[in-house]
Amino acid sequence: MTTLTDTPKQGFRLSQLIYDTRYRSITIQVIATVLIVAALWWLARNTVANLTALGKDFTLEFLGNRSGYDINQRLIAYDSNATHGRAALVGILNTLLVAGLGCVLATILGVIFGVLRLSKNWIVSRLAAVYVEGFRNVPLLLWIIAIFAVMTESTPSPKDFRGENPVASMALADNVAITNRGAYIPEPLFANGLGDVEIKPGGIFADLYFNVSIDLIVILLTLVASLLVVKLVNTRAADIQNATGVRPTTWWVNLLIIVAPIAALLWGLGFYLGKPELSGFNFAGGTHLRNSLLALWLALSLYTGAFIAEIVRGGINAVSKGQTEAAFALGLRPNRTMRLVILPQALRVIIPPLISQFLNLTKNSSLAIAIGYMDVRSTLGGITVNQTGRELEGILLVGLFYLLLSLAISTGMNWFNDRVKLKER
Amino acid sequence: MKKSIMLGALAVAGLTAASASASTLDDVKARGKLNCGVSSGLTGFSQPDANGVWEGFDVAVCRAVAAAVLGDSTAVEFVPLTTQVRFTALASGEIDILARNTTWTFSRDTDLKLDFIGVNYYDGQGFMVPKSLGVTSAKDLDGATVCIQTGTTTELNLADFFRANNISYEPIPIETNAEAQQQYLAGACDVYTTDASGLAATRATFEAPGDHVILPEIISKEPLGPVVRHGDNEWGDIAMWTLNALIAAEELGVTSANVEELAAAATTNPEINRLLGTEGDLGAMIGLDAQWAVRAIAAGGNYGELFEKNIGVNTPIGLARGLNAQWTEGGLIYAPPFR
Repeated sequence: MTTLTDTPKQGFRLSQLIYDTRYRSITIQVIATVLIVAALWWLARNTVANLTALGKDFTLEFLGNRSGYDINQRLIAYDSNATHGRAALVGILNTLLVAGLGCVLATILGVIFGVLRLSKNWIVSRLAAVYVEGFRNVPLLLWIIAIFAVMTESTPSPKDFRGENPVASMALADNVAITNRGAYIPEPLFANGLGDVEIKPGGIFADLYFNVSIDLIVILLTLVASLLVVKLVNTRAADIQNATGVRPTTWWVNLLIIVAPIAALLWGLGFYLGKPELSGFNFAGGTHLRNSLLALWLALSLYTGAFIAEIVRGGINAVSKGQTEAAFALGLRPNRTMRLVILPQALRVIIPPLISQFLNLTKNSSLAIAIGYMDVRSTLGGITVNQTGRELEGILLVGLFYLLLSLAISTGMNWFNDRVKLKER
Repeated sequence: MKKSIMLGALAVAGLTAASASASTLDDVKARGKLNCGVSSGLTGFSQPDANGVWEGFDVAVCRAVAAAVLGDSTAVEFVPLTTQVRFTALASGEIDILARNTTWTFSRDTDLKLDFIGVNYYDGQGFMVPKSLGVTSAKDLDGATVCIQTGTTTELNLADFFRANNISYEPIPIETNAEAQQQYLAGACDVYTTDASGLAATRATFEAPGDHVILPEIISKEPLGPVVRHGDNEWGDIAMWTLNALIAAEELGVTSANVEELAAAATTNPEINRLLGTEGDLGAMIGLDAQWAVRAIAAGGNYGELFEKNIGVNTPIGLARGLNAQWTEGGLIYAPPFR
């Protein structure tokens, strides 16, 4: 028998890898790593083997070939002579458009209904509850299809606007036509426009050519300059307030600084609105907001807005009632209490789950295919994949795009979160 | 030691690769069912009836193949597919044969690694418009909104046609024929374009078919045929010759009514005898028994019977034989000799 009192100098035993806490975690990590690497290797090997069995290879060359199909909604120049890569780009921009519009509208709806649900008015808070529960408890796809169907079935077709006694007429002083193909709204035009700059990269980015309107750049630059001046005026007003205790009235100065240069610029450029007009089968002129875009945008916003409403309600409820009472005790009015005391603290709770909702909305926009909205899933991941037979490459690229977009949104929102979160000093 | 592990891994990888390309015929026999990809609903070509039983001109091809291979024309699992996913479903092995009014093209046959086993309907792309629109030619369609199924040859033809004629259009992409029908009838698009047979089939289901016209222009050649995966030639042969057997049967006057009688004993026509297995052993050459063609023909009838029953002039779809008449009648339908 050996005594346990004097520990014998033992060498390393294999069982220590499992029973000795010093080594166990390393053992588990090594085993897990080996298993994961083996699984990945098996997946890759299996893919290669099956591709070989089908006689296919893995290449992205198809992106440079002529696409041959048309896309209705395109934010950049595109026709059927362009490449599959260009078609993918058109789809990407359409995805970004609907995701961006959706995030904005969903946030607005969410904040409004989140606050309304806290209202002391019974009817208002119940109505907000009906909205929230109705939208978040029915699958998004059904809402998309339902809204699209209503917009298509209940609105007149362009030919109803024609004739002596047309069945339908345009709204808002003949400026807007709402049809079952979408809404046609006036578009901004410039009589003495400055034209476009053509941006034409070379090499593998050759598909990334696009035109930028000089008018738009000039207008944006003017706006930025005006806002900078407004900021200067406000800083000066604050200085005066700090020195004398009286804040000079600045609102009309600021308004003038913003409006006057833009108005002068627009007048100089010969700004006018191009109205949509019946021509042939459809309306021509104006901007065509297709039903597929409107339906997808509305459905995504209403659905995600319902979730955001709950997040906003939770965020406001999370701020202790003592904060409100303290603010009132200091003599702050209710709206300033909300703006200066409650909301800044509620934002800390609201922002992190809000990021998830933005990500959900962006990824859910891939349901666009159901109503024929030409997003990246429909162009690159749909028609291109189908016409070229490059399923693996196409779907991997679409996946990669959504991954990068989601990471970008997360990064941006996390940066914003860092700015509004509680500063502990 | 290390080397042997590598070799073992390679062997395993080789085995998985081998199993991926196992014979479709063996798979179908082991399963006892043929997996057949069809359109998600096109009257006359593939549609479930009131009892949920699939029927139609494309469906009949699958039933004939199932009858030839498994001896049971009902041993078919029909998989409704949209135009977008059909090739992926075939390439991945989800279905054994695709009979979904699919156009035979060069790149599909080669680059997409498909094998077309023949043509069961010679078609061309047409346009359908409401009569009230007053359009008489496809060239009058400048600026029109066009409903189009995505991922099809018609989509590419449409782009080429409008480009070649220097007129513009607005495409509304849709997934299925049913969806197209709904959009077209709601007036969300002025025009619906697809294969002329599909237009006729769709129009036949309208409440007032007479209010819609199919424009005279046929802007493309659309030879529609069943498809199998590239690389499994034994299976391709079975599918191809089953289709040819149906075509030859019409030419030789073998119908579902008289096929049993003709197959009972050798007749005076040696080609009928070879087809029906009373002479020679054609069945064995494609890995089936002698009675394969008898079962295929008995399943629904010969090519002509299938045509008349599903899409012919006496059906609501009312398609004339036209290009799809036997070569002896001035059409293009022609089966190579059974010899």
